[in-house]
Amino acid sequence: MTWVNAVVQGFLLGGFYAVLACGLALMFGVMRIINLAHGDLAVVGAYLILLVLDHAHVSPFIGLIPVLPVMLIAGYVLQRTVLERSLRSGVLVPLLTTFGLSIVAQNLLLEIYSPDVRSLGGQAGSVATASWQITNQISISAIGALTLGGAIAILGGLQWFLSSTQAGRRMRATAQDADTAELVGIDSRAIYARATAIAVAIGAVGGMFLAIRSTFDPFTGPTQLIFAFEAVVIGGLGSLWGTLLGGIVLGVAQTIGAQIDPQYSVLAGHLVFLAVLASPRGGLLKVRAAT
Amino acid sequence: MTLLSLQGVDARHGLLPAVREVSFDLAEGETLALVGANGAGKTTLLRTIAGAHKPAAGRVLFDGADITRVRPHDRVRMGISLVPEGRRLFPDLTVEENLLVGIQPKRPGRWTVDSILEAFPMLKPLRHRRAALLSGGEQQATAIGRALIANPRLLLLDEVSLGLAPVAVEAVYRSLETVLGEGTTVVLVEQDLARATKVAQRVVCMLEGRLVLEGTGGELTREQITEAYFGLGRRRSASQ
Repeated sequence: MTWVNAVVQGFLLGGFYAVLACGLALMFGVMRIINLAHGDLAVVGAYLILLVLDHAHVSPFIGLIPVLPVMLIAGYVLQRTVLERSLRSGVLVPLLTTFGLSIVAQNLLLEIYSPDVRSLGGQAGSVATASWQITNQISISAIGALTLGGAIAILGGLQWFLSSTQAGRRMRATAQDADTAELVGIDSRAIYARATAIAVAIGAVGGMFLAIRSTFDPFTGPTQLIFAFEAVVIGGLGSLWGTLLGGIVLGVAQTIGAQIDPQYSVLAGHLVFLAVLASPRGGLLKVRAAT
Repeated sequence: MTLLSLQGVDARHGLLPAVREVSFDLAEGETLALVGANGAGKTTLLRTIAGAHKPAAGRVLFDGADITRVRPHDRVRMGISLVPEGRRLFPDLTVEENLLVGIQPKRPGRWTVDSILEAFPMLKPLRHRRAALLSGGEQQATAIGRALIANPRLLLLDEVSLGLAPVAVEAVYRSLETVLGEGTTVVLVEQDLARATKVAQRVVCMLEGRLVLEGTGGELTREQITEAYFGLGRRRSASQ
């Protein structure tokens, strides 16, 4: 039964990785940018929620509401001012740019907030600690279920946006052929900026879940980026629902590894990632552009 | 009234000149056929008009406004649509989605998804099929529809018959007649000389990036066009 519980916990953990990963998958799917600053942007989101909570005694879920538009604007401006220029210089420059952005974000947070470890678990109230006891050995945490539900809702929302709205269709068209998109009247630069805005805002949601379920400091971002990146690769680069599958596979691998020996948790996830990377398909789902 | 005016346009691929000092005016409602051998610069010229290729020199005027530095998507909003060589559809989007992405809210007009499906009946049963799964003729019809849905004032057609079976070419041109008959200004790049002279009111022939022959379809003989097309007159005078 403890093994079944490990799988259940892995599913819940996978939901968290999927939330972190889908912004990364969106940016890769639309622009072919691997945003190495995605984890740090999620942490920036967590600190912004902390800032809101310092001034208003509300739940982090309420604190997220004013942070989302700020992150949307930040993502849009980031794309128009920094990433758009780097995109013109080939695939390597955006990688280096986001790597630099990651270092800048970490050191800015260090300067402003010090290296102290923080958490939003306390402010989240009973959500952070409540759980449902299914059997003697299987329990489902409220925050785990909420995170998995959040991941499904975000991915479902993104799927609906991409397939049923004109802006989403234009984003998919631009992802497939940006030059031709321009020729049919689509401003590809504006589409890229919208995609980055959405990705950064979703990153903030990931940052909130991270801050409630765990602790964070200015240097938490890169670790989260690795897990998100692994989820994206396992699920098939650029595939939205693949990130959920990838997150769940990674989460289950980690919890089963931890069941064998707590030291094996992260190692088991990395091994599954390497096995998928070495497989002929290179991902569990077919690689498709942001669909 | 002049809709499009090219003034001394030069375009290059790197250091290689593709279009050299091309100038011509196109009146509203006119259909112009641009003919020439492979590598004559027809596609580059069309892409320069559409904004997909930056000219090295010269000016492109549309409805009196200098659009030389205007980006391609803004030119579509102004009323210039290109049907690119090789169709360039979005393969993972359905026929309907390919049409929908081309809609310009600020350019309402006769062309909607339904009217395009009426004009190209072959697309009706394929509305929800992914573009990657279409035949060449069906893809070409979708590409023309995608350009038309922006309700352009100037339609640029690049080699619409290229790579298509004769039956598909017939079907595409039958549907195009509806478009041409409605007074849309058209620049047509076509390898098929007979078809080009039949469809267009004016024919312009390019050779090595330059305009070497210009006239109405009635004025020019097939021999004149063929000579200009292959540069035979020039070779003859060089050999004398």
